[in-house]
Amino acid sequence: MQLSREDLLDAYRAMKTMREFDERLHIEFATGEIPGFVHLYCGEEASGAGICAHLDDRDHIASNHRGHGHCIAKGCDVVGMMAEIYGKETGLCGGKGGSMHIADLEKGMMGANGIVGAGTPLVCGAALSAKTLGTGGVAVAFTGDGGSNQGAVYESMNLAAVWNLPAIFVFENNGYGEASASSWATAGGSIARRADGFGIPQVTVDGADYFAVREAAGEAVARARAGEGPSVIVCEMRRLHGPFGGDPQTYRTEEELAEVRATRDPITRFVARVREAGLLEEADFAAVDEEVGALIERAVSEAKAAKVPAVETLADHVYSSY
Amino acid sequence: MNTSTSTPAKPKTFRAAINEALKQEMRRDERVIVMGEDVAGGRGGPAGTEEAWGGPFGMTKGLIKEFGPGRVLDTPITEAAFVGAATGAAMTGLRPVVEIMFVDFMAVAFDQILNQMAKIKYMFGGKATLPITVRCLYGAGFRAGAQHSQCLYPMLTHIPGLKVAIPASPYEAKGMLAAAIRDDDPVFFFEHKATLGMREAVPDEEYVIPLGQARTMREGKDVTIVAIGRMALFAAKAAETLAGEGIDCELVDPRTTSPFDREAILKSVRKTGRLVVVDEAYPRCNMATDIAALAAQEVFRDLRAAPRMVSPPHTSVPFGGPLEDAYVPSPARIAEAVYAVMNDK
Repeated sequence: MQLSREDLLDAYRAMKTMREFDERLHIEFATGEIPGFVHLYCGEEASGAGICAHLDDRDHIASNHRGHGHCIAKGCDVVGMMAEIYGKETGLCGGKGGSMHIADLEKGMMGANGIVGAGTPLVCGAALSAKTLGTGGVAVAFTGDGGSNQGAVYESMNLAAVWNLPAIFVFENNGYGEASASSWATAGGSIARRADGFGIPQVTVDGADYFAVREAAGEAVARARAGEGPSVIVCEMRRLHGPFGGDPQTYRTEEELAEVRATRDPITRFVARVREAGLLEEADFAAVDEEVGALIERAVSEAKAAKVPAVETLADHVYSSY
Repeated sequence: MNTSTSTPAKPKTFRAAINEALKQEMRRDERVIVMGEDVAGGRGGPAGTEEAWGGPFGMTKGLIKEFGPGRVLDTPITEAAFVGAATGAAMTGLRPVVEIMFVDFMAVAFDQILNQMAKIKYMFGGKATLPITVRCLYGAGFRAGAQHSQCLYPMLTHIPGLKVAIPASPYEAKGMLAAAIRDDDPVFFFEHKATLGMREAVPDEEYVIPLGQARTMREGKDVTIVAIGRMALFAAKAAETLAGEGIDCELVDPRTTSPFDREAILKSVRKTGRLVVVDEAYPRCNMATDIAALAAQEVFRDLRAAPRMVSPPHTSVPFGGPLEDAYVPSPARIAEAVYAVMNDK
């Protein structure tokens, strides 16, 4: 796979933005200023970035509770995202959604989701729209290893195969469903092989390897756009933090965490590989780092300064008309 | 809206009225699609039939012939997937009409209904439109047992973001289904099994009965009966009998439980001072308790008697004949409740 300099910079910028966004939330959450829950995507960035690199405005994604990275990958406004997480009226959802419900349909982002596995049926619908309306679009569901055991996911994979939909089911196996190991919770030992039962092409990739994810996604997206039906991609990865902000991770060992940080950080690996190949230089990374740092700083300061929603808007947006 | 008719309206069944509304709405807007279990039927069978059934009860007959398999989609028996797919399709430009064969089956799709369909618009700060109609059969009286006979519309009425329509008869069904399909919000549309064969004059032309407008089926001065769906027909029978006995009932059919025409009911109760509410749904937290509470709060001083609620007992719907007959509220039980409020002095 040969990527242009622009592709590489875009990939690095996307992953770095996801990382800085969630690392900053990790810090800010501890101050108590952020309401509710936050689920951090740190360590999983290559998946969102590698998959969404193939998508454009025709295409839709549905995410899960760990959705910040997917939103950024699909082009959601980072400043609006941060304001949403702070519950402010300038947020992407006007402060009515929060971290677990960030959405922007204009960008094809059908929402993070507080219910594990629940985005997969929605993606079948978006894929059906693309097929029926002839937009050429595809639809991608991001589900975790935990979600991979939900019934709605299998119903959706079956429906996508029966209807021959341009749908892609991405399973991000970060090793743990909350505090339980996915190897314990997932019978049969393989998420990917479950796709065989539906006759859906499947592949498992190293989810910390941006290039591997991007290559697998390219094949799946091409298959979907060609009218050849759904695909399954399993990204094997490890999260750098707990499932939600503030988890002390008592179920993991120091050795595992050290090993993950040393060998399974997708950004570290991307930088090393690109630098070794001489495709980008130190100054290129530094320029992106500066740009991303400034963006996150602006997002946080604007979010903190923004107004909370007016109480008068409490009952708005329940219906189009009532 | 067109409620005038150029030709005399012909008697049509409830089933035919639904079918006609579906066809007219699909002709009117090519974004309208229909999906559900065997809405055409015969997929993949050895006979190679294009349409084996046209819906388990024939309501979608002829649709695939006119509109093709791209707009009339048979589904596997997987309500969570196809109800969720309807939501996703509505978010991205289509106007799905999805059939849950029996409303009881909504249980297996309930996350997609409760946490997705109902909440997406609100969670997104209004930046989503969900024009979905969910048609479902409901009600007891068919010896169908506990899992194919429930009403369940109070559970859906409870949920912000959903609308709920319960037409009593063929004329009502055609106009309300057109309104539901043209609506930009999710509408659950209830069709009572026992009324599918009922005939009533239904115009050939399109017409719309707006959601949220009750109808007064009968004017009267002594007592207000509020009754929903099939129970509105039973209440009309009871009112007929009572009229012969000199009791003048006013009968109000709310038509939709969400949105809900509070004013029509309160206005009638202010006039008569007496209220009987009839609901085929389970008796706890149903429409009868809701409407009785509304009257108690809003028109307490206009009431001349305590409101009465007529509902089944707090049990599952029984299978056996005498048990099911005893379960469903009858015109006689409605009349008894009317006597009770008339004699409550």
